[in-house]
Amino acid sequence: MANPHTNQPAHVKHYFVSSEQQFDAAKMGMWLFLVTEILLFSGMFVAYTIYRSWHPETWTALSTALDWKLGGLNTIVLLASSFTVAMGINQIQRGNQKGLLINLVLTFVFAGMFLVVKYFEYSAKFEHGLFPGAAFDPHGVSHGFDYATYNVPYGPQFFSIYFVMTGIHGFHVLVGMGLFAWITVKALKGRFSAEYYTPVENCGLYWHLVDIIWIFLFPLLYLI
Amino acid sequence: MSHSAPGLHYLNHDKGFKSWALSLDHKRIGVMYMVAVSLAFLAGGILAILVRLELLGPGETIMGPDAYNQSFTLHAVLMIFAFIIPAIPAVMGNFVLPIQLGAKDVAFPRLNLASFYIYLIGAAIAMTALVNGRIDGGWTFYAPYSTSIGNGILFVTAGVFVMGFSSILTGLNFIVTVHKMRAPGLTWNRLPLFIWSIYATSIVQVLATPVIGITVLLLFLEKALSIGIFDPALGGDPVLFQHFFWFYSHPAVYIMILPAFGVISDLMGTFSRHQVSGYKFVALSSVAIAFLGFLVWGHHMFVSGQSAVSSIVFSLITYLIGIPTGVKVINWVQTMYKGSVQLKSPMLYAIMFLFTFSIGGFTGIMLGVLAIDVHLHDTYFVVAHFHYVMMGGNVIAALGGLHYWWPKIFGKMYNEFLAKIAAALVFIGFNVTFFPQFILGAQGMPRRYYDYLPQYESLHALSTYGSWILAAGLFLIAGYLIASLISGKKAGLNPWGALTLEWTHTTTPPDHHNFHDTPVVTRGAYDFHLAGHLFQNGGEVSELDLGGDGAANTPDEAPVPHEPAH
Repeated sequence: MANPHTNQPAHVKHYFVSSEQQFDAAKMGMWLFLVTEILLFSGMFVAYTIYRSWHPETWTALSTALDWKLGGLNTIVLLASSFTVAMGINQIQRGNQKGLLINLVLTFVFAGMFLVVKYFEYSAKFEHGLFPGAAFDPHGVSHGFDYATYNVPYGPQFFSIYFVMTGIHGFHVLVGMGLFAWITVKALKGRFSAEYYTPVENCGLYWHLVDIIWIFLFPLLYLI
Repeated sequence: MSHSAPGLHYLNHDKGFKSWALSLDHKRIGVMYMVAVSLAFLAGGILAILVRLELLGPGETIMGPDAYNQSFTLHAVLMIFAFIIPAIPAVMGNFVLPIQLGAKDVAFPRLNLASFYIYLIGAAIAMTALVNGRIDGGWTFYAPYSTSIGNGILFVTAGVFVMGFSSILTGLNFIVTVHKMRAPGLTWNRLPLFIWSIYATSIVQVLATPVIGITVLLLFLEKALSIGIFDPALGGDPVLFQHFFWFYSHPAVYIMILPAFGVISDLMGTFSRHQVSGYKFVALSSVAIAFLGFLVWGHHMFVSGQSAVSSIVFSLITYLIGIPTGVKVINWVQTMYKGSVQLKSPMLYAIMFLFTFSIGGFTGIMLGVLAIDVHLHDTYFVVAHFHYVMMGGNVIAALGGLHYWWPKIFGKMYNEFLAKIAAALVFIGFNVTFFPQFILGAQGMPRRYYDYLPQYESLHALSTYGSWILAAGLFLIAGYLIASLISGKKAGLNPWGALTLEWTHTTTPPDHHNFHDTPVVTRGAYDFHLAGHLFQNGGEVSELDLGGDGAANTPDEAPVPHEPAH
């Protein structure tokens, strides 16, 4: 299905001279975008570091409010999803459309699981008044633990940072689900092949970044 | 060789609103940006005239203090985010960069069009702050004041966030284009200096803009949800806001000036008919400035209470940035000295730039001196400094670039005599407006003040009169440029005799696809010593084979009709 004017495959745009040039350009663009995402999150990591260094005891005490088991589950879920998206790319590199589809769907499902766990985590916090900033009002007793003990100075800042960081991250997971839905539809239509799978590659790169950010968020917020 | 039908080029090959609104052609997108940023400049400029009118005398002149505070705030927000940051890259970068690289378009044309619409949406959101609550206190919107005066901040932060995306995506597009789409033979050392500067700008855009993104997002959440990260009443830290804000906003000023440097380099090379002196230094100094620009944000915060040690470090690195900048200015002067200078209107702006930018740059170094800044911080000295670099630097260079590339973009020549008059009005008006402000600041006049003591009145009045001269010059420019579209002389292929690809290898205006065959580059961008050898016929300098005889164009050859290839 070559383009008669350029003698290139149909998927090569007229301003590129070859499929390789187009693919390289697309990947470079995606990597640059990922750098901007890292910088976006870095602002929050800086805020975390500064507030933690000023109020270390508060930070350590309040991080016990976060359930490390649920956080750990989410970590495993995201790692699994990174594995499945990599497998999907591997499959389409071999021309296996079915293999790509199965892995894309699995990735989508894992991403959904992440958000479901987050929903439970967030609603548990809200139930006990653990809101960011001015709305911070810890109360209620659960499993013998009195949440009012979290009512310490700079406690609200911990939860502001927790909710903003995991919230922005969760938003990126949601966007990722949208992206995977989109390329799954394209895959169902047979748009990808061993010669052309650039959108899959780039979505995979994006997803790995979302995963890596969580790998940093989890220990910083839940474990220490 | 194949050509379009004669007389067909990017402006007229396809007609209708949709062919423009949905165009993926970098040239058409550049033209659309030109219209949009010109409107932003007009809006910001009218606000400036109103601000200066209010300051004509002490006390109320045309508006009350509340309206005044909002006017200067909106003036700055529009000028910085909606005009200066996009202008040269999105207009001239979009139009010229792919052609100077020998490419048919940027790497991601759809992303390019998306960037344009994202910019429009962001600018529109920011403008609604006019009617949705208020914004005042300056474009730096320091917390907690900015989050305590109503809902306007929500719209400004949202607008800036969205416009930031446009900036990032444009920068990303250009970086990939420069890396991956250079024509054969176009090594990094043969790149026009305009490309080097756009490249360095794009790196700063990609690295710095996300930081303002998270800053305004946090400010938005601070207002909407009171997250208490910047507001001391809730346990937050207001100086943290300043660090976040300036970590982007200082590199942002290099986003503003680096493209200007690139325009000046191309103008200096072309209108001195000489290789730009110290090409490698000028190219690499752009990258050095881009890098060092990330290390000096604290020089905006000398009086914020930060430690003396960090102030000293920021001050020292601020001095260092003066070095690559000075290297450029010296090389431009050297280029003129060794060359044969043509005083056409674009060159008048380039020479003007040397004067006004140098004043701006020197006064910036002055402000980097701790003992001086303690007295001059938040005075009119700072206002004068940044107007000398932003307007005397970026806008003057942008005007030079506009006059230089206008014939290529629209195929028409403007009235050169009027252009020279307007350049004089702009130069005189600009200096009369802003030089007195250095003196006002040194005498203690604070910035962002609605009212002032009678002792400052004469200099304020002088500054206001200057703003009228400046406005006259700018309106004259708009007038003859628009007139040229209607009744201007048709431009030749290469009216300036430049040697970069957009002049030597494309028609005027360029063909829809820029090139029919990818050019092969065998020389540098300013190799004027080769001009006699390359173009033996004198007159129009073009390597296009319009005569269809396999040889480069000669001025006597009228375009011969060919059958269109497709």
